[in-house]
Amino acid sequence: MSLKSLNIPVINFVGNRKYALIFSAILLVVSIASIGFQGLKFGIDFTGGTLIELGYEKTADLEDIRSKLTSANYKGTNVQYFGSDTEVLIQLEPQAASSAQLSSSIIRMLGDGLDVRRVEFVGPKVGEELTNDGGLAMLYALIGILIYVAFRFEYRFALGSIAALVHDVIITIGIFSLLQIEFDLTVLAAILAVIGYSLNDTIVVFDRIRENFLSTRHIEPGPIVNDALNQTLSRTLMTSLTTLIVLLALFYLGGEVIHSFAGALIIGVVIGTYSSIYVASSMILALGISKEDMLPSEKEKKEIDARP
Amino acid sequence: MNHYAPWKNTLVVFFLFITSLYALPNIYGSDLAIQITGTGDYAVEENDLEGINNALVENAIDFKSLELINSNILIRFSDSKSQLSSKALLKDTLSRNYVVALNLAPSIPQWLSGLGGQAMSLGLDLRGGVHFLLEVDMEAVISTSIDRYYNELRTLLRKDKLYKKIRKEDNLLVASFKTEEQKDKAKKLIKSDLSDLMIVEGSESELEVSLEMSSNAQKAAKSSALKQNITTLRNRVNELGVAEPIIQQQGSERIVVQLPGVQDTARAKEILGAVATVEFRLVDEKNDVQTAIQSGKIPSGSKLYKFKDGRPLLLKTTVIVTGENIVDATSGVDQNNQPKVIIVLDNAGGRTMLETTKEFIGYRMGVVFIENQVETIIENGKTVKKRSKTQDIINAATIQGTFSNRFEITGLDSSREATNLALLLRAGSLSAPIEIIEERTIGPSLGADNIQKGLISVLVGFALVLVFMAWRYRVFGLVANVALTLNLITIVSVLSMIQATLTLPGIAGIVLTVGMAVDANVLIFERIKEELRSTKNIQKAISAGYEKALLTIADANITTLIASLVLFSFGTGAIKGFAVTLSIGIITSMFTAIIVSRAMINLIYGGKKIEELSI
Repeated sequence: MSLKSLNIPVINFVGNRKYALIFSAILLVVSIASIGFQGLKFGIDFTGGTLIELGYEKTADLEDIRSKLTSANYKGTNVQYFGSDTEVLIQLEPQAASSAQLSSSIIRMLGDGLDVRRVEFVGPKVGEELTNDGGLAMLYALIGILIYVAFRFEYRFALGSIAALVHDVIITIGIFSLLQIEFDLTVLAAILAVIGYSLNDTIVVFDRIRENFLSTRHIEPGPIVNDALNQTLSRTLMTSLTTLIVLLALFYLGGEVIHSFAGALIIGVVIGTYSSIYVASSMILALGISKEDMLPSEKEKKEIDARP
Repeated sequence: MNHYAPWKNTLVVFFLFITSLYALPNIYGSDLAIQITGTGDYAVEENDLEGINNALVENAIDFKSLELINSNILIRFSDSKSQLSSKALLKDTLSRNYVVALNLAPSIPQWLSGLGGQAMSLGLDLRGGVHFLLEVDMEAVISTSIDRYYNELRTLLRKDKLYKKIRKEDNLLVASFKTEEQKDKAKKLIKSDLSDLMIVEGSESELEVSLEMSSNAQKAAKSSALKQNITTLRNRVNELGVAEPIIQQQGSERIVVQLPGVQDTARAKEILGAVATVEFRLVDEKNDVQTAIQSGKIPSGSKLYKFKDGRPLLLKTTVIVTGENIVDATSGVDQNNQPKVIIVLDNAGGRTMLETTKEFIGYRMGVVFIENQVETIIENGKTVKKRSKTQDIINAATIQGTFSNRFEITGLDSSREATNLALLLRAGSLSAPIEIIEERTIGPSLGADNIQKGLISVLVGFALVLVFMAWRYRVFGLVANVALTLNLITIVSVLSMIQATLTLPGIAGIVLTVGMAVDANVLIFERIKEELRSTKNIQKAISAGYEKALLTIADANITTLIASLVLFSFGTGAIKGFAVTLSIGIITSMFTAIIVSRAMINLIYGGKKIEELSI
C-alpha cells in the first residue's frame, strides 16, 4: 500500500535533500566562520569577573554610575539597564586584584539604600574550570548517546544522529556568536537540552525507518526513508509546536535572567526539528543503509514474532 | 479489548491519589518565623519553650505559635515587624548556645505534615540568599606543616647532636651534617621516628640531605585542614544566625557555603573569609628596640613587631597562648568606653597563662593581632595566589598580677572590630587561609520576582498547550490534557517528596517537560490516526496505536534522559536544578501519557461499539 492511496500528503524530502544539504552547508560555514572570527560573547561564568544587578527607586542614571566606576579605576566595565530603567546591570571583567570583596566596595560606593538584586563573582580559576567542564559535558552527552543509539539501532544510525546533533549544536552556537548574545552557563545547559530534544526527534524518525524496512517489500532505501519522514511529519511538527509554545511563554514571561536560556532552546528546537527531517536521514542514506542491515538476528526475530 | 483489569485501574487511581496528596503542601503559603537551634552538642529542649514564651509575652510581642519540632524551636509571626524585633530580643536574652535565625515556615495543616507532606524546597535563586565557593590555600597548609616538621626534626636530631644545620627551602627541609656517619645515623632515626618525612630522591650529597613530606602526610594535612575549616565555618555561620545553612566539602580543597535568606551579604563575606586570630607573647624587656633596629641585629629569641601606628617593639619568639586556646570571647566596652574583648581560655591555656604571669609579674605582655589573606590575581595573563599576612601589636600592658583563664584585651580600633574579633575567636580560627572563588547572591526581591515570573510562564505555556491539544485532537486531546495536568502534579509531588531543590532553571525544566510530555500522546494519537486509515476496526486501531508507539516513546525518552543525566553529573547548582526537573518530568510523563491516558481512553471507548473516533 502506498502512502498516496492512504490519503497522506507526500513530500519528497529525500529528493530535495540536495537543497537541504546546501542550506545546511551554508549555515555551518557561516556559523563556524562567526565562531572563528567573531567568537562568542562569553558571560562571567566562563571569563570570570563580577556582575551586580541593582534596583533603583527611580530611573537610574547610567552615566553617573559609569563615571563613578571610571574614577574608581575599574577596568572593563559594562553598565546597562536590565529589564527596566530602574534596574541596572553592572559587569566587570576580572580586575588586577579580583576578589569577592570587590562587589561590596562598588555597592558601597554607589550609595546606600539600593536594592541589591543579584551579585555574582566568578574567580578566574573557576571560570576556566567551568569552560573545561562544559566542553567535557557536551562530549560525554554525545558519547553516551552514540553508544545507546549504536546499541539500539545500528552504527550508521548512531553516526547519522550524531551528525545531526553536531549540526544543531554548531548552528545554535553560531547564531549566538552572530548575534553576540551572551553565552553563559544556562545557555550551555540549554544546548545540552537541545541535544536531548533533537535526538528525541531523530530517534522517532529512525524508529519508523527501521519499522518500514522490516514491514514493506520495498528494497530501495530512498522511498522507505521518505515514507518514514512523511509518516512521522505531523508528529514532528506537533511536538515542535507545543514545545515552541511553552518556550515562547518562557522567553517573554520568564524574566531577563532566563532570556538567553529560552532563546537558545528556541533556536535549538527549530534547528533540531529541521535536522531530524533532513540531516539525520540524509546521513544514513549517504552511509548506505540497506534492508539487509535491518534484518533482525535470530534472537530479535523471535521477539518480534512473539509480538501480537 | 481496550479494557484495563479493575486492579489496574485501582492502582492508577491509588497512585494518582498519593501523588496529589504529596503535591498538596505546595498550595499552602508560609509564615514568617524564627528558628532557634542549639549550637554544637547543645540541643534545645522542651523547657526552653517557657523562657522564650515569657520573654515574648513580657515584651508584648505578638506571635502565632511556638513549638518544638525535631530539636528546633519554631516561632511563627503574622508580620515582619514582630519577627524582626523578637529576633533582636531573643538574641540578647538567650545564651550563645542558641542560634536565632529568621526563616520562612510553611503553614501546612497538621494532618498533612503528619503524613510527611512537605513543600518543595526552593533554591537560592527563588528564595534569595548567598552561595559561596571557598578554596582552602593548600600551599599554605603544606608550608605550615613543614614549619612544624622543622621543629620536630630539630628536636629529634638534637638529642644526639647529629646535625650541623637545618634550613627550610620552599617546602623542603635541608639538613647538613659534620660527618657522613652522623648523616647515616640521622637518616635511620628519621626513617624510624619521623616517617612523614622522606628523602627527596637524588638530593643526597656527601654531607647534606633534603627532606620532603610524604604524599600520605601531605594528604592527611590537607584533609585535616579542610575538615577543621569546615568546622570553623559552621561555627561562624551559627554566629551569623542563618536558618538551614549548607556547609559542604566539594572536591579535595573546596567548601560550598549556602546561606538562604541572608540579607547582609557584605558582613557574611567579611566573617566567612577572615583569618584573624591573636597571640600572646612576652615583651623582650632586656634588649632595646632602637638599638636592634639601628644595628639591624634582632637579638636571638626575639622578634620585631610593630603597633598599628608603626611603633616598633621586640617580643619574645615563644608564644604563651594562641587563639586556639580560646574557648570563649565576648566584646564589650571598658571603663573608658573603649572597645574590649573578654577572653576565656581552655585549661591548658589557663595553666600556661597562670605560670607565665606568676613568673613575669611586672613585665609587659603583648597581644598580637594576626590576619592572613589570600587572593587570586592575574599577573601577566596568569593567575597567581597572592598571600598577605599582617601582624600588629594591638596592646602591650604590664602584668599587674597573676591571672589564668579569664582576662580582657583592649586596643581595638572600633566596637565593630571588637565584635568581629570576639566572633572569630569564639568560632575558632581557620587552620588555613581561604578565599572566596565564586559568589552568587540573589537578593530577596529578585527571588520573589523569579518565583512569580517562573510561575506565570509555566501557567501560560501550560494553558496554551492545553488549548492547542484540545483543538487538534478533540476528545483524545482532552484526555492528553488531563494526563498533562496529572503530570504537572506528579512532578511537583515527586520534587516535594524527594526534597529536591527547585531553581529557576528547574522551573524552565518543568516548562520544557510540559511541551515535551505531550509528545508521547502525540505519537500515540498520530499512530491511531494512521491505523484508522488502514482498518475499520476502531478498537484495534486504538490498541495498535498505543502498542506501536510504545517502543518509540521509550527510545526517544531514554536518549533525552541520557542527556539530562550528563547535565546532572556535570552541573553546578542552577543547572542541576534543570537536570533534576527534566529527568523527573521525562519519567513521570511516560507514566501519565501512556498508562493514565490509556486508562481514560479505555473508560471512554473500551468495549463499546464505536462508529467514529473523536481524534
